[in-house]
Amino acid sequence: MSGYTPHTEGDIAAMLAAIGASSIDDLFAQVPAGLRPRATIDLPPGLTEPELRARFEALAARNAGGTGPAVFLGAGAYPHWVPTAVDQVLLRSEFLTAYTPYQPEVSQGTLQATFEFQTFAALLLGLEVANASMYDGASAAAEAVLMARRMLPDRHTVWLSRALHPHYRAVIRTYVRGLGDVVVREVPFAADGRTDLGALEGDLGPDALAVVLGQPNVFGVLEDVAAVAARTGAAGALIITATAEPLALAMVRPPGACGADIAVAEGQSFGLPVSYGGPGVGLFAARERDVRSMPGRIVGETVDAHGRRGFVLTLATREQHIRRERATSNICTNQGLCALAVTAYLSLLGRQGLRALATTNYRAAHAVATRLEAAGVARRFDGPFFNEFVVQAPIARWEALVRDGVVAGFPLARWYPELDDALVVCVTEMHGAADIDRLVRGLAAPAARAASG
Amino acid sequence: MLLDEPLIFERGATGRIGWAVAEPPGGGQDGPALPPDLRRDDDLAGLPEVSELEVVRHFVRLSQWNYSAATTLYPLGSCTMKYNPVVNEALARLPGFATLHPLVPDRLAQGALELIAGLEAALAALSGLDAVCLQPAAGAQGELLGMLLVRAHHVARGDPRRRVLIPSSAHGTNPASAALCGYQVAEVAVDARGLLPAAAVAAAMDESVAALMVTNPNTLGLFEEEIEAAAAAVHARGGLVYMDGANFNALMGVARPGDMGVDVMQFNLHKTFSTPHGGGGPGAGPVAVRAPLAPYLPVPRLVRSDAGLAWSDDAPQSVGRMRSFYGNFGVLVRAFAYIARLGAVGLADVTRLAVLNANYVRARLQGAYHLPYDTPSLHECVFSDRHLQDSGVSTLDVAKRLLDYGFYAPTIYFPLVVKGALMIEPTETETKETLDAFVNALLAIADEARTDPALLRNAPHRARLARLDETRAARRPILRWQPR
Repeated sequence: MSGYTPHTEGDIAAMLAAIGASSIDDLFAQVPAGLRPRATIDLPPGLTEPELRARFEALAARNAGGTGPAVFLGAGAYPHWVPTAVDQVLLRSEFLTAYTPYQPEVSQGTLQATFEFQTFAALLLGLEVANASMYDGASAAAEAVLMARRMLPDRHTVWLSRALHPHYRAVIRTYVRGLGDVVVREVPFAADGRTDLGALEGDLGPDALAVVLGQPNVFGVLEDVAAVAARTGAAGALIITATAEPLALAMVRPPGACGADIAVAEGQSFGLPVSYGGPGVGLFAARERDVRSMPGRIVGETVDAHGRRGFVLTLATREQHIRRERATSNICTNQGLCALAVTAYLSLLGRQGLRALATTNYRAAHAVATRLEAAGVARRFDGPFFNEFVVQAPIARWEALVRDGVVAGFPLARWYPELDDALVVCVTEMHGAADIDRLVRGLAAPAARAASG
Repeated sequence: MLLDEPLIFERGATGRIGWAVAEPPGGGQDGPALPPDLRRDDDLAGLPEVSELEVVRHFVRLSQWNYSAATTLYPLGSCTMKYNPVVNEALARLPGFATLHPLVPDRLAQGALELIAGLEAALAALSGLDAVCLQPAAGAQGELLGMLLVRAHHVARGDPRRRVLIPSSAHGTNPASAALCGYQVAEVAVDARGLLPAAAVAAAMDESVAALMVTNPNTLGLFEEEIEAAAAAVHARGGLVYMDGANFNALMGVARPGDMGVDVMQFNLHKTFSTPHGGGGPGAGPVAVRAPLAPYLPVPRLVRSDAGLAWSDDAPQSVGRMRSFYGNFGVLVRAFAYIARLGAVGLADVTRLAVLNANYVRARLQGAYHLPYDTPSLHECVFSDRHLQDSGVSTLDVAKRLLDYGFYAPTIYFPLVVKGALMIEPTETETKETLDAFVNALLAIADEARTDPALLRNAPHRARLARLDETRAARRPILRWQPR
């Protein structure tokens, strides 16, 4: 017995007597007899807590997390320090073990925190309203396209920047596949690593539903969202931005201020560990006039019977439990606790801390890019960047570095066959001077390496 | 005492720093400044400026306004609010899991991949199905994936089909997920026993139907006795059977969906497998399928070779991706820890005792509350407010009054096939004493309904707030704090 079930033999006997059954087996009488013998569980016996801990520690030890290799990876998941206070908030059982706040009178903690999350998301993305969270940045981008479809039902072609993270593009394709009438096309990227505005302008026709681009994009390059928005708007289409590294928005003009109609982001950078890619949390913001087309749960302010301020789930007539097959989305459970992490993190860092951390990231990444350039490792794109950039370096050098305990970014050829020997390298406040020295030495061209001794 | 607490944006003072940031390593080399037209020019106005203590105090105070499974029985039907073992929180935070970047070379993530493979195998064993994908982030996303797989199967056969059969007792996510795949929903009525009649399925079934989408046990907590015949009727006309596995807590060691004729299903790891609900996520909604549907599963797929485990994108028939990377890995760690801790015998006990607890509550409440379907229940039981209507009180009033007794409310007004439904799922982790206290509270409330109905209609009296004006919230939406 695990200890997770509390029943004594006496309890079971008393309960069966109250039910009027002679055994627990009797309670399953309506299950067809033919099914039962085949359902015997084919799994090993249970473990004690010390055995469980030992087994999981052994599994964790076979991974590169913790004090393992120096990892300069971003590309959709970003290593940042998680303040202890943030994780402590997540461990509050009252947040951790509550359900979706269906009874608002005894769920005000979750509801107020979610209202604050919506405020943070709207402020950072530069739009008027935000929802209570989506699963992640990629599925939020897909939901944004579905929302655009509801807003412009007569248009069918969605344009995805090829510089948008490939996972985001793939999820959008999956989500629109079911609708059957949405055409997905790609806009190429230019030599500076930005979405090719020239190509976009020529192609946007009257059927254009939306243009989706990353900010920053998968190359770490900052897009000129305002210029794209001007062209997209002129064609009557919507502009959707997706931000995988939201820390950039602490110093970069927010999508809403550049004309984006819908802006989404992955919130993992704000208080969540990379955790092998999940859970993260999707931020989703739009204009107030479009709120009834938004997917997902939304918390609103109201008053109780005595006039005191309180918060409730609201605008539920958009949702699956009311509208069923006519709902704006099928989303139900989302990423509540991860949204709480974002809320606690942004509260703690605040205006000053967030600005300082963004500056630190920007400087650290630019310092590394400058050193690499001096060592003969050129950047592949010359567009402006935040804490991530693409360099040109032979894949053999990357492989040798992995053997030496440094993961020198992500080889983009896996996602972009046209980008041979290109690495997208991410530098944050987590990377120490010694590891950065190893990265620069290891990637340096042999001549430069010899010169630097 | 529950202390007042303003919004975090209403706390603090200009210039206060809650978190000091270190200078960059080898700093000084700033690089070129951002071009002015890219620069944020609002100076992050509106963000809080508060101390660490203010932040901690803010969130600890807010937390105290929540009921939770760790503080009280949380009998939400269909949600399986069982104990969330605390050891699993520690395991998910092991640095080898928590700080593992998803794009490290596979050979540097073998422990994580072994864990994923182990969980896939465990869910396959429990379901009696052949292949499992852990990518979906929640039950509804699992449903969406399941229906995309159904669609891919029919499209590959050159016969896309356009309708999906869904029982009237289904959860709202079922029709919403089917609609996202472009399907029209055809509702099949449940019978007087609360069950889906195989004959009704057979009658509704034709070559335009892609799938039957069924929850088993259903949302009334009843095992669909005719599931095998219904599945056979669907298969006979070329359709597939999708099972919503939200109620899998009633099936472990009892019946496997694969043996019932189910072709595809989703699990809710945040229900059956104890990962905490977190006030509404993160969850995980893995999907299990029969072998013929496996080629359509999302990429990447986990493959084993002599070199170990690796991710593969080589799946030309795949429906694509549901989300970034591989799923809610941190949730998968907790669920696998739960399965490993309990083992075969422990998991079978979970189901047996969950069903015992639900039937005990049902037996004790029967009489005081109206039981619309007297078919034997499994893991949850559904009552209605019919017996209380003479007193002028409703299900909502009972739910609000329960809060005064220190219990969260059951799921209310669902399933829709029961008017004024009260759907109670106690789970296996509650003691008989707790169930007795809960039942006694409901019995006392039934008495109060007769003697003092206003007490119910004005409840809750002991919560932090009284009833909230939901109409006002929807009519004049205030969805965020505004800077002054």
